[in-house]
Amino acid sequence: MIKSRKKGNNVPGISTASLPDIVFMLLFFFMTVTSIKDYELLVENKLPSATELQKLENKDQIIEMYIGKPTYELASVLGTEPRIQLNTRIIGVSEIGDYVLSELFKKPEEIRNLVTVSLKIDQDVQVGIVSDIKEELRKINLLKVSYTVNEKIVENH
Amino acid sequence: MPRRKGAPEVNAGSMADIAFLLLIFFLVTTTIETDAGLDRMLPPIEPPEDNVIIKQKNIFTVNINKNGQLLVEDELMQLKDLRKAAMAFLENGADGSCNYCQGRKNAESSDNPDKAIISLKNDRETKYSTYITVQNELVGAYNDLRNREAQRLYGRDFTKMEAEYLNPETPSSIRDDLKDKVKRIQDMFPQKLSEAETTSN
Repeated sequence: MIKSRKKGNNVPGISTASLPDIVFMLLFFFMTVTSIKDYELLVENKLPSATELQKLENKDQIIEMYIGKPTYELASVLGTEPRIQLNTRIIGVSEIGDYVLSELFKKPEEIRNLVTVSLKIDQDVQVGIVSDIKEELRKINLLKVSYTVNEKIVENH
Repeated sequence: MPRRKGAPEVNAGSMADIAFLLLIFFLVTTTIETDAGLDRMLPPIEPPEDNVIIKQKNIFTVNINKNGQLLVEDELMQLKDLRKAAMAFLENGADGSCNYCQGRKNAESSDNPDKAIISLKNDRETKYSTYITVQNELVGAYNDLRNREAQRLYGRDFTKMEAEYLNPETPSSIRDDLKDKVKRIQDMFPQKLSEAETTSN
């Protein structure tokens, strides 16, 4: 038995040699399952929930649009009416066609007819603005939309 | 005591700190994606050339008012009853051409699933969450019927088959096989959900 040189120090220390490995594992996990935020949200976005979901595959075939009230900090500038955010911009209903088309033309030609518009709409928004948006999308013949929602966990009773 | 000579070992004590720093950085700057939703196809803006006359009994009207109340076929209805009512309408099969339908063959309701149309109307002031819940119930009615038929024919749920078919990671051999099955079930209960323009009064 090797006696500890210092007196009274007979509790062996916990080896932390594997700590970096564990942390790196966590790091790689988070790097793979998450994606970097492209931009700050300028509108509130609390999605409603539903059960009959379909996953949206292929991130590159999606044009995202956020609709909701401006966030608390921006309410003094933008008011409290629901606004539409496309990428980093707040746009008006009449401008949707132009902006969505310019987004569409950034995509490679062969997937343009597969593009889906993902509407991320705050649950407190009134449907009026949603139907205006749908009308604008119909005008530019982009007919595939997806109402992005959270998954609701169904309780069995 | 003889010491082995060699390159001195690099102190790895701070490795954990560096890794933690990176980890926290990624936790802050990234989000977990929640991209799933209710897929809808908007009607094209040009009206179809041949003006099809649809019998009133083949249309299942759902109205949502601004308070979130439902008017289904001119009667007030609770949200929890909507799915059953929609399913009963879809598989009514009054003309007897649908041999897999289990409906009551009520002459006042839809002829067959191919002709049955659900028409959803809403007020401009309806809350979006109500609208989504109603849409969800109507899509759920279609999915329940399709699941039932898929269970009967292939022994598994339609929604699972469709998800596997749409998943790009599924090998193409399985996907080709699934394509016909998915198509067949979809044709049994084609999703005809019309979203009329909203009314504002």
